[in-house]
Amino acid sequence: MNATPRRIVIFGATSRIATETARLWLARGVHLVVVARSPERLRMLSDDLSIRSGGLAEVDAVAADLEDLDALPALWDSLTQRFDDLDGVLIAHGNLPDQARCESDSQAMLRAIRVNALSAMTLLTAIANDFEKRKRGVIGVIGSVAGDRGRKSNYVYGAAKGMLTLFLQGLRNRLHGSGVAVVTLKPGFVITPMTQDFERDGLLWARPEAVARGIVQAFARRRDVVYLPWFWRPILWVIRMIPEPVFKRLSL
Amino acid sequence: MPTSWNRLPRVTHARLIELQDRNAGLPDTDSPLLAWGNGRSYGDVCLNDGGTLLLTQGMDRLITFDRNTGVLDCEAGIMLGDILRWCLPQGWMLPVVPGTQWITVGGAIANDVHGKNHHVAGTFGRHVLEMELLRSDGERLLTSPTVNAELFAATIGGLGLTGLITRVRLRMIPANNELMLTEGIPFGHLDAFWELNDRIGGEWPYTVSWIDCVARGRRLGRGVFLAGRHAPPQPAGVRLPQWRDHSRSIPFDLPFSLLNRHSVRGFNALYYRVARSSGRRLQHYQPYFFPLDGIRNWNRVYGRKGFYQYQCVLPREHAREGIRALLRRIATSGQGSFLAVLKTFGDMPSPGLLSFPRPGVTLALDFSNHGSLTHRLFADLDDMVSSAGGALYPGKDARMSVTMFRRGFPQWERFATFVDPAFSSTFWRRMNP
Repeated sequence: MNATPRRIVIFGATSRIATETARLWLARGVHLVVVARSPERLRMLSDDLSIRSGGLAEVDAVAADLEDLDALPALWDSLTQRFDDLDGVLIAHGNLPDQARCESDSQAMLRAIRVNALSAMTLLTAIANDFEKRKRGVIGVIGSVAGDRGRKSNYVYGAAKGMLTLFLQGLRNRLHGSGVAVVTLKPGFVITPMTQDFERDGLLWARPEAVARGIVQAFARRRDVVYLPWFWRPILWVIRMIPEPVFKRLSL
Repeated sequence: MPTSWNRLPRVTHARLIELQDRNAGLPDTDSPLLAWGNGRSYGDVCLNDGGTLLLTQGMDRLITFDRNTGVLDCEAGIMLGDILRWCLPQGWMLPVVPGTQWITVGGAIANDVHGKNHHVAGTFGRHVLEMELLRSDGERLLTSPTVNAELFAATIGGLGLTGLITRVRLRMIPANNELMLTEGIPFGHLDAFWELNDRIGGEWPYTVSWIDCVARGRRLGRGVFLAGRHAPPQPAGVRLPQWRDHSRSIPFDLPFSLLNRHSVRGFNALYYRVARSSGRRLQHYQPYFFPLDGIRNWNRVYGRKGFYQYQCVLPREHAREGIRALLRRIATSGQGSFLAVLKTFGDMPSPGLLSFPRPGVTLALDFSNHGSLTHRLFADLDDMVSSAGGALYPGKDARMSVTMFRRGFPQWERFATFVDPAFSSTFWRRMNP
């Protein structure tokens, strides 16, 4: 099967990568439901999308706090009631926590796990059952290459994204044969506000538009696990192969 | 690490801050601020060594667009190429585009860029109806040719020094489709260029000439006059020129420059021969306006040492002998590269206090960085430009003298009174030692 969904919900739609992805989907005639916290930034996004499409696109905006886990099942219910033809979901929210802070403050650590893993997993629990019943759809979630191996520089973020990766693996296994595709998207270094404090120099840094193109393609092809850009796959393969007694001495 | 397009000079910034929300205030820093769009200017107008760069590409939303009048409201970090992608299918075109589409609207204003249609449309700044400027005192000022008009004039061509441009209202022009009707007319020497330019320049809204800067003697200034206009509506059912983005990039800095005497001579001879046979045809707007955008990082062919662009304007009364002298000096130096461009500017006044375009002729060339050899050539060219009463383009400059700047931009002192005290750039500090 090779078909982009017709109506896609994007959680965390005002992030750079999600915004670029929304613009590409829009150009392909996909109807979008954009979800993010700030109503003002959502309105700015939907105005932008509407002008680009020549006023033809259907873009619906829903403001919601995705860190309020208790409210997420009801949020999904309200979305399916409003849009009965949803057949795509992109979960794109998350943030890069301050690793040093997470090492000294367990509340900060827990918040990082909640926003980067538990929030998506709570949504996925509701979404998966729904899509499974309808026997179709594509669920894509933005993980990270950081989730492939724990490193001292960002293991809290890495642990959250790693948990998400495992969850998605299991979900893909469970939904296999149901007509629902589960796509794990693993971007590497991307030039976005999230990474502004890095030295962003060199060949490994990708532009958000390039990552967005990869996401659109992964949805259309219903891929399982995608590294964005592709070269992170062999890099991470090597990193995963390093034996732990060696790895623990490294500063990667 | 943000650089300018020619990758010279290499400077270090204290902080980089990504802007996302046009309604947010300026970030709190103690180092001087400067907006950085996409780093397509040359030299140091977009750099701020030791200071803070405000990266504006996340401020790239469209705000409103009136499909009846073509008036667009957008955030200043959006790139021209990103606008063209949706506006042309809707029947509208940007009023002015330079040689690359990968610049932001804010950068187009800050350098008051010009295009192939300068002789009929003037600079980009002429089509700006309104701008919102965020100043470091917290003020958010609406500026237009009638509201805060002086600050507006200082901001157009103001090299980003008058504050942060957050949103811009532009007037677009109608276009039937994405096609251009173009014609390439070769000329064998400089006199033939002037004759051609006088005779048919006025018939075409877009004109530019490519010059073989290696040719000497009788062939001095030979080249190809490239004229274009937006195509009329096309009949249905006819196969039209298509364009797909096949752009390739050069993934890393070459250790040395690929451009030397021999490759440049070969390229120029080949280009002249190919262009001579091009004639009149229908072309997609992408290869017509932005031929170099097909190679995304073409600046890397100049190698690690980077390169310079030299762009000057000579007033009309001294243009003929001035351009001849410049080309003769460049041809004998053997240092010119394949990107020599000659274009006449029209009479339409540029709105900015520091706008570069003025009635006359502009010549632009790239040069590999050969150190003192290149700088000696530039010093000679500077003398010729100065004695012709000309000026150099700050947006393309990494080395002009303070005297040259002040002479070329006599309003610089008045401009300085509008500079936001929290904003600065490497260029501005170089011009105000």
